[in-house]
Amino acid sequence: MGEVIVITSGKGGVGKTTTTANIGTGLAMMGQKVVLVDTDIGLRNLDVVLGLENRIVYDLVDVVSGNCRLRQALIRDKKLEGLHLLPAAQTRDKNAISPDQMLELCADLKKEFEYIIIDCPAGIEQGFRNAIAGAEKAIVVTTPEVSAVRDADRIIGLLEAAELREPKLIINRIRPKMVRQGDMMGIDDIIDILAVDLLGVIPEDEMIVITTNRGEAVVMDQNSRSGLAYRNIARRVTGEDVPVLDFDEAEGFFKRLKKMIGMK
Amino acid sequence: MLEFLSKLFGRDSGSSKTVAKERLRLVLVHDRSSISPQLLETLKAEMIQVISNYMDIDEQGLEVSLDSSGNSVALVANIPVRGMKR
Ligand SMILES: Nc1ncnc2c1ncn2[C@@H]1O[C@H](COP(=O)(O)OP(=O)(O)O)[C@@H](O)[C@H]1O
Ligand SMILES: [Mg+2]
Repeated sequence: MGEVIVITSGKGGVGKTTTTANIGTGLAMMGQKVVLVDTDIGLRNLDVVLGLENRIVYDLVDVVSGNCRLRQALIRDKKLEGLHLLPAAQTRDKNAISPDQMLELCADLKKEFEYIIIDCPAGIEQGFRNAIAGAEKAIVVTTPEVSAVRDADRIIGLLEAAELREPKLIINRIRPKMVRQGDMMGIDDIIDILAVDLLGVIPEDEMIVITTNRGEAVVMDQNSRSGLAYRNIARRVTGEDVPVLDFDEAEGFFKRLKKMIGMK
Repeated sequence: MLEFLSKLFGRDSGSSKTVAKERLRLVLVHDRSSISPQLLETLKAEMIQVISNYMDIDEQGLEVSLDSSGNSVALVANIPVRGMKR
């Protein structure tokens, strides 16, 4: 039986879709059978992030309303055998499906996949309720900004009220240099305030923009820091114990020390 | 020199990070307590009523707010007392 994990945040643009694509791809790289479900109906994104936009025939709404069979709507990735996408409908709205239908869909997907990763739309309305309906675990994505962390706090409260206990946190777009200079909240500051477990930290990284432009996941890039961070997160999702890369500590202290003794 | 050192170690208490953290902490106290401003006003009015039975208080100077210390939230009331009633 597979595991259903929802990726959510409250605030838009913090990296839910990027995270869904990269955790899913990372798990598939490890040989897992994965399906990514885009529940952002009307604002379909996950297909282009994965470079699968030209293959869509049927979508999530077609499946739950019985217009097609589940198998017909699932798109297989070009490179990774275990990776599949169930795309969102683009011309419908969030009310086109219900939480009960999502629950049923997730139960079906669990029979066939090891990981079912659900990309949640922004907000706390119907789209959010649909996305979490069939989930057993939740990952909350935030960035080191007051508004994003505030929304994450609200989402954590709503998840717990919906019996999705102990959500895990991903902090995205950290800029170690700014944290060091005291101009950005760091990992400890955010964990301290939200009081949740940390699943991982993704640095701000141009490679995310570059790989996304090409319709590839940065997790497949062996040379980038964000790729490594996502590979580590995928391993943690499977239960492996991988230490969190602390970018501020790792390079910060030594760079400061070098500067101090004039080594540059 | 001191400024240089605190910059170097990122512990500037006036830094934008410290400001962000403090603002976040306060906004979350209110979000988490789910007490609306109206509710706080009603609470204030009723407190004035009850306390006025025992003391002569300065209603204009009365302040009620929610505050956080660590992980707990406290209701903090500052009520200037003019004198006791008997
Ligand atoms: N760590 C990062 N570094 C650089 N750009 C990022 C990073 N994370 C996300 N982005 C970019 O931010 C934008 C919003 O990300 P997205 O995953 O679509 O957010 P959401 O799904 O939460 O709305 C995208 O253009 C994405 O490429
Ligand atoms: Mg998205």
